[in-house]
Parts: sequence; structure tokens; C-alpha cells
Amino acid sequence: MTVARFWRHLPQRYNMVGTKCETCGRHFFPPRSLCPDCRRAGKIVPHKFTGSGTVVTYTVIHTAAEQYSMLTPYVLAIIKLDEGPQITTQIVCDPSAIKIGMRVKSVFRKIATDGESGIIHYGTKFVPVE
Amino acid sequence: MVGIITYGAYIPRYRIKVEEITRVWGANASDITGGLGVFEKSVPDLDEDAATIAVEAARNALKRRNVDPAKIQAVYVGSESHPYAVKPTACTVGEAIGATPVMTAADYEFACKAGTAGIQTCMGLVKSGMIPYGLAIGADVSQGAPSDALEYTAAAGGAAYVIGNDNPIATLNHTCSFTTDTPDFWRREGQSYPRHGGRFTGDPGYFKHVKGASNLLMKEVGTAPKDYTYAVFHQPNAKFPQKVARDLGFKSEQIKPGLVVPHLGNTYSGASPIGLAATLDIAKPGDRIFVCSFGSGAGSDAFDITVTDAITGKDFNRGAAPSVQQLLANPIYLDYARYAKHKGKIVMQS
Amino acid sequence: MRDVAVIGIGCTKFGEKWESSFRDIFVQAGALALEDAQMSGEQIDAMYVGNMSAGRFIGQEHIGALIADYAGMASRHIPSTRVEAACASGGLAFRQAVIAVASGMEDIVVAAGVEKMTDVGSDESTDTLTGAADREWEGFMGATFPGLYAMIANDYIHKYGLTREQLAQVAVKNHYNGARNPIAQFQSEITLDTVMKSTMVAEPLRLFDCSPVTDGAAAVIVAPLDRAKEFTDTPIKVLATAQASDSIALHDRRDISTLDATVAAGQRAFKMAHLTQKDIDMVEVHDCFSIAELCAIEDLGFCKKGEAGKFTADGETALGGKIPVNTSGGLKACGHPVGATGIKQVCEIVQQLRGTAGKRQIDGAKIGMTHNVGGTGATVAVHILGRV
Repeated sequence: MTVARFWRHLPQRYNMVGTKCETCGRHFFPPRSLCPDCRRAGKIVPHKFTGSGTVVTYTVIHTAAEQYSMLTPYVLAIIKLDEGPQITTQIVCDPSAIKIGMRVKSVFRKIATDGESGIIHYGTKFVPVE
Repeated sequence: MVGIITYGAYIPRYRIKVEEITRVWGANASDITGGLGVFEKSVPDLDEDAATIAVEAARNALKRRNVDPAKIQAVYVGSESHPYAVKPTACTVGEAIGATPVMTAADYEFACKAGTAGIQTCMGLVKSGMIPYGLAIGADVSQGAPSDALEYTAAAGGAAYVIGNDNPIATLNHTCSFTTDTPDFWRREGQSYPRHGGRFTGDPGYFKHVKGASNLLMKEVGTAPKDYTYAVFHQPNAKFPQKVARDLGFKSEQIKPGLVVPHLGNTYSGASPIGLAATLDIAKPGDRIFVCSFGSGAGSDAFDITVTDAITGKDFNRGAAPSVQQLLANPIYLDYARYAKHKGKIVMQS
Repeated sequence: MRDVAVIGIGCTKFGEKWESSFRDIFVQAGALALEDAQMSGEQIDAMYVGNMSAGRFIGQEHIGALIADYAGMASRHIPSTRVEAACASGGLAFRQAVIAVASGMEDIVVAAGVEKMTDVGSDESTDTLTGAADREWEGFMGATFPGLYAMIANDYIHKYGLTREQLAQVAVKNHYNGARNPIAQFQSEITLDTVMKSTMVAEPLRLFDCSPVTDGAAAVIVAPLDRAKEFTDTPIKVLATAQASDSIALHDRRDISTLDATVAAGQRAFKMAHLTQKDIDMVEVHDCFSIAELCAIEDLGFCKKGEAGKFTADGETALGGKIPVNTSGGLKACGHPVGATGIKQVCEIVQQLRGTAGKRQIDGAKIGMTHNVGGTGATVAVHILGRV
């Protein structure tokens, strides 16, 4: 991922800043500037997500893309954030421990690096709530 | 009165035991556990580094107290393992806690005392009225060369301190330092591992500077060891802080809560900050805490601290973030091969 | 709107074609289709070609022009358009060709699909395929394509239950069929054991639950039905063409193990053709992963949600079953040259309806269906074809 492309989503990747439609109460992560339900009638404002969620489904990745190959086997999951939106993320836990319905919370980790000399892409992963 | 507004620590979940390292190098575990008093050390996860640790420690600090991040107008991160040689860890931390853009920032390096140097800087900026709050962090994923003595103790962890002057949980009554040009331990630019002067790191290094700063502080403040409830000394191993405490006139009960190195290892820039955090975790209003860090190169920063009523007051919730003891609990042990993979000690195809 | 018929088909052998280039395989497929329709290139009015990612696989864009040029059409200056919807590129190219003829805009149109995947290493091809998903919010977070379908599988298992054997039966059946398809990449039958003991890719999907990396090209020629007899004795009528879209990211779907775009496209196709599932004699579905076939037959309405595993294990989707699925061998055994698959599916149905499917022929085949998916279900194209 190039520098500009990574940088412009820092508020999303570091701090889970999305948006909320004040007209209907729906939350969006990643942020949307147009509410699909209210469309032009929707008043969109920024919203910082709490980082709490529940595991909806998951897998354990054994064969990964090159950038993530050091991490295998790792847990990839779709989680439902408490505010409503679902996201795809890694869960940092023993692969045998992951369960649908598990509560998770956000942590700050390295997502990827652009090789040995490129930029480090930090972001958000999730861990089980103990 | 300038002081600590809130604090937080972070220690990765993984550990490696000393006997697992000695197994690989054919050394004798009891030489280390007996001689250095260290049994195991923390190891970063594959996706952790000094920056992620610094962010977690800072976020833990901010969980304990309602601090408007926009008022944190200085961020200093001290480490020997900044992820970049050029591009400050402090900027990543600032962004991750919402303190950007109105803030000053810089990364510090002074071996194991880079974190306490940041606390001193923040004290000055706050005391002079230049900023409302400053954030100082010591965080590391320290390096120790394979089979070297340092490999048994070089660990990962960090602690963060928000410094301010409105209702601190502990006042930073005084600080002073003792600094010389001493080549006891160093790492040249581009080198993977530090080198050290062996036994030279003792008296001319650690002891001279810790005693120098400690005695200077007590002279300037007019105190003696008995005036303090607790003391935290830099802990590269368990022996050095115990010996310097004894030599200075402190008792073992005073250093006990802050002596976390036996099951944590030496977190380099995180060492004194984590030791202080462990002490604040159990401190009561009125407790007086003596802190003296040490960084090779060399220098020591000493602090005279008094815990206030605010630590048990309504504005501060100590239980909102994990204590150092909680962070040390439930570790996941690694064998040496996994440890080497985590620490980047295996040469991969480039 | 005019009725449209398929008058010619051509398919290269699918596989790792080290000696063939992108241009070679396209030209080969095109020539086979023209020969099948007993026509010459001069009669072609327009071309649509499905291709997912020549840009990344061979650093080549502008595929529409390249294809027309190498098909010998450059001097005739016909319109030639590249269509892309990840793995549904071929299905969409077919639909565009059908619409061009149905609307009266064009008469004789080629719909082709081509993908040359082996000119790059597996790391590069894997990463390229991840572009079918949401790069920013799925790929960058560490999702792989098998990983996304594995999450569909785990959601499915959680909701409906599914045994490892039922899931593996999909690949076993498709290899059985592929062994009877001369152009299939894999020509050998396999056992449940082969599937269940293969390398784990993303739990629960193993290597043999996943379609391979393949080079291949396919082409069909469509014409107005009332002109079809000029070219062929066995014109096959396009009874329905339908397409649907959905959110690109799996996490934004209404239900993770239901491909709503399949449901929508399927319903539209049945409505357009005035048919129901009972009328379909065989269907080519998008089995990029074994779980995808199970979801497809449910989402197209051939069995109830949650029952596809038993349905498959009971043999209902085998050659002799109630509704043969993927007589070609599917993506799993026939291979999956991404942009070509949608067109290959049409070729297979046409062969079945003509009675030329050899050892995998379904007797009395009158109506067939194709189902082509892009990504994890963000695009779906469904077609129904029938003997005239």
C-alpha cells in the first residue's frame, strides 16, 4: 500500500473513526458520506467507535499472502461492532480459542510493512475480552 | 504543583524462560537465575514493536483518567528500539491518542533512561506554563545478541506518564540528573545488537551514576532513604538494584513492589517507568516514592515523588487499566525457535 | 427485443499452459468457435471479452483492442469491449453480447473470456485474486480469497450444520465429471480421503476444496435466433439473462452464507424465462470453493437453505442425480481461468443441449442454466439456455 493511500485512512486504521447518520441513527465503518437509507436527507457526522464487538464468523488462515506469511496460522474474523457495522479483522488469540459469539476489543498492532525499508502500516486488530 | 496526572503500562503476553535460552547455548540456567535473579523475560508478539507498546501504554493511561487529548501538547517516546531511525514513534503515538496536530514531539534515545528523560522534559514544559499536559513514554523491544549475557534479560514492555499540574495523583517534587560520557554499553547505527564492557558496566556505569544522581537528589531535597515509602531503581537484573539500594541505605521492603525484573526481564527504556508503575499500582495517598533510572552512555535521572489523595479520588480510576501484576499474569511461553522468529533473529529471504 | 441464440462455441484445454501466451489462447478459442459456427471472422460485428486482470497477470491493459487485433479484426474496426467483474467477467461478457443482439444493435457478436494466470508466481497471482474482494478493508487486514469463503463456510456450519464429508463430496463429484471432460485441467477422479487429507488452506477449506490457478480461453458466438439456422443445425436459444450486484465486502452482506446477488439474479432469470427450478436439466454453478457450490444450489432454489450438503452427499447433483451440477467438472476440476469461466459454462450447457457432451451427457437435456459469481458474491450473472 502506497504512502498516501495508507495515510489518508489513519483516523480509521488507528482510531476507528467512522460516521453516523444522525437522521436514522445508523453507524458506518469505514465512514460513508451518504446514508444508503436516508440518502440526501441523512445528516452525517464523524463517530469514534468504542472498539468493542462480537465475533460473527471466522477462519484460521494457514496459507497467507506474502506480507502476512510470518503470522500463520492466524485468525481472520468478521466481527460485529457494538454500534452495528461489521468489519473484517485479525483476532490475536490462539487459533483453538476462537468462537462465534466471542466478545472482542480493539488493540493497536502492526498490520503490515512495506518490505525492509518501506513504511510500517500500523492499525487495529482485536483480542478476546477476558 | 507539577506531577503525574495518570499513568499506564503495557507488557506483551509472551515469555521465554532463562533455562530455554541456556538449553540452546549450553549454558547453566542457575548461573543466570541465581547470579542475575532473572527467571524469564517478556517477548513481543510478531505484530508488536516499541510503537505498538507505547500506544497501548498511553491508551491504558488515558483509560484511568478523563484527559482531553487535545490538551496533551507534548509527546516524547524514549526507546532503544524505535521502529524507524528517522520518523518519530512519538508522532504515531500522538495520532493514536488523538493529540495531533497541536503538539510538539520528539523521540528520545538514552539507552535505558530515555523514558525518564521524557518525564523531565514534560515537567519543564508544564512547570513553565508552556503546555497543559505532556506525555512521556519509555517503551522497548530490546535487543540482546544471541548467546550474549544480555539475551537472558533483554525484554519488551513500556509505561506512559501524563504530566500536568491540575490535581496530579502524585507530585513530582524534584528531579536531578547525573550524566557523564561513559562507554559502558552502546550500539552503533546499523548494528543489530548492542555491545557492552562486561564488568565495566557495573561500578563505572550503573553504580556510579545511580549513586551519583540518588545522593545528589537527597542532598538537594534534604532527605534520607528512611523518608521514602518506596524506591525504584533501574533494574537490568535483580542484583544491581538490590545492591545499590543496600549501598544507599534503602531497605528491601522499599524496593519490593517496584522490582519486577525477575519475571519480566529488562525492558530497557521501559524498566524504570514500569517499576514506578508497579509501585503506583499499590501506593496510597501520602506515600513518598524515590526513583532513579540509569541509561548507559551514561546517566541517571532521580525523582522525589509524593502520592496525593487524587490517586484514590473520583477523577482517577486505577482499576480501569491493568496493573503491572495483571500484565505479568497469564503469560504464554515460547521455545527458543519461536522466540527467535518473534525477535527477527532468523535470517529470512530478502 | 429479439430472441438470441448461441450458434458457435470454442474452448481451449484448461491448465498450466506454459507454451501458450495470452494471445495464443484467445486466438485458439476464437478459431474453434468460428469453426463450430462454420463462419469466417468477416461476419463478426462486435466482440465482448471477459478478463479479470491481464493488467496484473501480464501487465497488459486495453484487452478489447488486443483481442480484436489478434483475432484478425483490426482492419475491420469492429467494436470490441473488455468487461470486468472479477470471476464473473465471462458471465457479464456473455450478457453484454446477448443484450447487443437482443436490442438489435448488433447481429453476430462474439462473447469471449480469457485469463493467463501462470506468467506470474503464485504470490502475485494470489494477491491479484484478492482484488476481487475489498482490498482496503478485507485484503489489507489479512484476508485471503480462500479465507473469505472459509468464513462463509463457518457461518454456514454454525447456522445449518455440515459435515466435512458432505463438503468434500463437492470436489469428488466435480473431479468425476472433469475426468469425462476432455478440456478439464484435472482428468483424474479423487476420493473423499484425498480432499480431507489435503493441506489446510483456511479452516475448514483444504487444498482440494479450492479451485486451481489456470490458463484458458473460451468463446461463444451469438446471433439473432431467426438467423441462427444460417450457421448451425443446433442453435441454442438464450431464454434468460440476469445480473445482480451486492456489497463488495463480505462483512457488509445481509447474511454471510447467502449470496443475495445469486438469489436476485436467479429469480430474475426464472421470471424472464417463465420457468422454475423443475424445468432446469443441469446447471453450471460457480464452485470457486466447495462451499460456494452448496450455497449456489440453495440460493438458486434447487434445494432449501441448509440442505445442500445432504443433497450433494445423496448424489442428487451427480450426473445421474435430480439436478446435475457442474457436469463440466466445475471450477474445481475443469479449472478456473478467471475471465474465461463464465463463457466456458455457456459452452458446457450448449454441448449438453446439443447432445455432444460425450461421457458426461445428461440424456434428454432441454434446458440448462449457468451461474457465474464475482468475488465473494458482489456480482452474479445467471443465464438460462434451451434447445430450440
